[in-house]
Amino acid sequence: MSIRDRLSGNEAVAIAMRQINPDVMSAFPITPSTEIPHMFSTFIANGQVETEFIPVESEHSAMSAAIGAQAAGARSLTATSSCGLALMWEVLYVAASNRLPIAMALVNRTLSGPININCDHSDSMGARDSGWIQIYAENNQEVYDNFVQAYRIAEHPRVRLPIMICQDGFITSAAVENIELLKDGEVRKFVGEYCPDSYLLNGKQPLAVGPYAVSAYCMEAKRAQLEALKNAQQVTLAVAKEFAVLSGREYGLFEEYRLADADYAMVIIGSAAGTAKDAIDKLRTEGKKVGLLKIRLFRPFPGEEIANALQKAKVIACMDRTESFNAQCGPLGAEVKSALFNARLMPVVINYVYGLGGRDVTVESITSVFEDLIEIDQTNDAGDKYRYLSLRE
Amino acid sequence: MVKELIQIRWHGRGGQGAKTAALLLADVVFSTGKYVQGFPEYGPERMGAPITAYNRISDNKIRVHSNIYEPDYVVVVDETLFEAVDVTKGLSNEGALIVNTARDIKEIKKYLNGYKGRVYTIDARRISMESLGKYFPNSPMLAAIVKVSGVMSDETFLSEMQQSFEHKFANKPAVIEGNMKALRMTLQEVS
Repeated sequence: MSIRDRLSGNEAVAIAMRQINPDVMSAFPITPSTEIPHMFSTFIANGQVETEFIPVESEHSAMSAAIGAQAAGARSLTATSSCGLALMWEVLYVAASNRLPIAMALVNRTLSGPININCDHSDSMGARDSGWIQIYAENNQEVYDNFVQAYRIAEHPRVRLPIMICQDGFITSAAVENIELLKDGEVRKFVGEYCPDSYLLNGKQPLAVGPYAVSAYCMEAKRAQLEALKNAQQVTLAVAKEFAVLSGREYGLFEEYRLADADYAMVIIGSAAGTAKDAIDKLRTEGKKVGLLKIRLFRPFPGEEIANALQKAKVIACMDRTESFNAQCGPLGAEVKSALFNARLMPVVINYVYGLGGRDVTVESITSVFEDLIEIDQTNDAGDKYRYLSLRE
Repeated sequence: MVKELIQIRWHGRGGQGAKTAALLLADVVFSTGKYVQGFPEYGPERMGAPITAYNRISDNKIRVHSNIYEPDYVVVVDETLFEAVDVTKGLSNEGALIVNTARDIKEIKKYLNGYKGRVYTIDARRISMESLGKYFPNSPMLAAIVKVSGVMSDETFLSEMQQSFEHKFANKPAVIEGNMKALRMTLQEVS
């Protein structure tokens, strides 16, 4: 039986962490993720968890400490946002390439500048090629559920990679909403004990972590790492299936909302998906065949499955909450178009940049995107394929 | 007849507790079994800057994650905001505006751009000073929005708040009675 509660996204993640009772948390505060280590360190001080908290002097140190702890054999985690993630840059790759299943609660916030504390996805999208698994959430319930599932995916013997559990800064992290929580014992049993095969504190099996790889081996190491990341896709599904039995809440690689017969499809990540669902319901009552594909797993990118789900769409909007500065598409647009091309599908794809620095996303602004798609189909004129949504003139 | 979806916008200044009041409202309405949202909108992070907070209250799951542009109710925690913010913007004429002020309604109306809906004033400072001996506008403003919006009965509201304060101020029982008095005074004065 679930526990009905009302929590902000940050509170929900902190509670998931308490229920998991990991071994080590290293963190440095940054808005809007500060509440997570703040609340979690309170749980530690109150004796509700046995976790060792390492207050560090920077995010680079937070990730480095998590790497050290995880390599030693401890289940480790951290939380950060924006410039904090950027400062971890170098060591993100070290965590992934050393196959250390660290969990990170990432509260998405824009990167400077202009300096701004609000949501967009430029932080995690910038880190998309670092080798971490990335999972995104629409609301507090999803970020809680994703965090409960995180270690099961990351620590799986066929994966063993770090995982980033992302949510939208302020929009979900600071918003109090209804949520269904699992019992502490249920979560602890679901996540289980961390039992690594090899770890630095095992005196019987001396081990080197992070040694130099000469050119004769470096490429093979990367290829092996890719295989592990690819495996994360099937493991994510398997864990979701078990989680559904426990919670009654079903998750996949992505969510399809009224997509099956949609001529006009939107692909989106994060909290704006909920707003889009309201827009879709309204447009459907007017007979407009519109639908949504909400990304859950972004790394690895389930390209074949996404292309398959979009095969009937005539015009597609790819919604990127970041600017990639390549003058033709955002990161999501690039992935989706690449997946469609590989599947020999050639719908019109319009890539929108939206919601930068916390620019509000409304039912009306999402509706205007669908209206654009319908007009493109009717006039047979795609116009500009790289657009900005809700930009002030 | 209470609407299916009620949307509320709070105007305050950073540090005054408008965000906290919105979260308290979400908390207490949650206890009646409804779906709630309570969230802040931040500008620059500094004390005294105008801030906005929002509530959605519904019988159904709330999916939308945008700010609120056409609220049913607006609560103004700091009347000095009238000169900086158009507090009635988008406000439904079927809804209401609640202002924390000691001034007469007639004086307030000149700031309201001809708003045609109901306007309520509540002197949260006086109520807070009389009940708590300190100025915390949250409890009076919370009671005022509950009364005006009718999201729950006075009795349910008071019993839920009693429990909430007992939990929150377990080590400061004197504060519990002061806050409860502030709520009761407001419920009587707002009409």
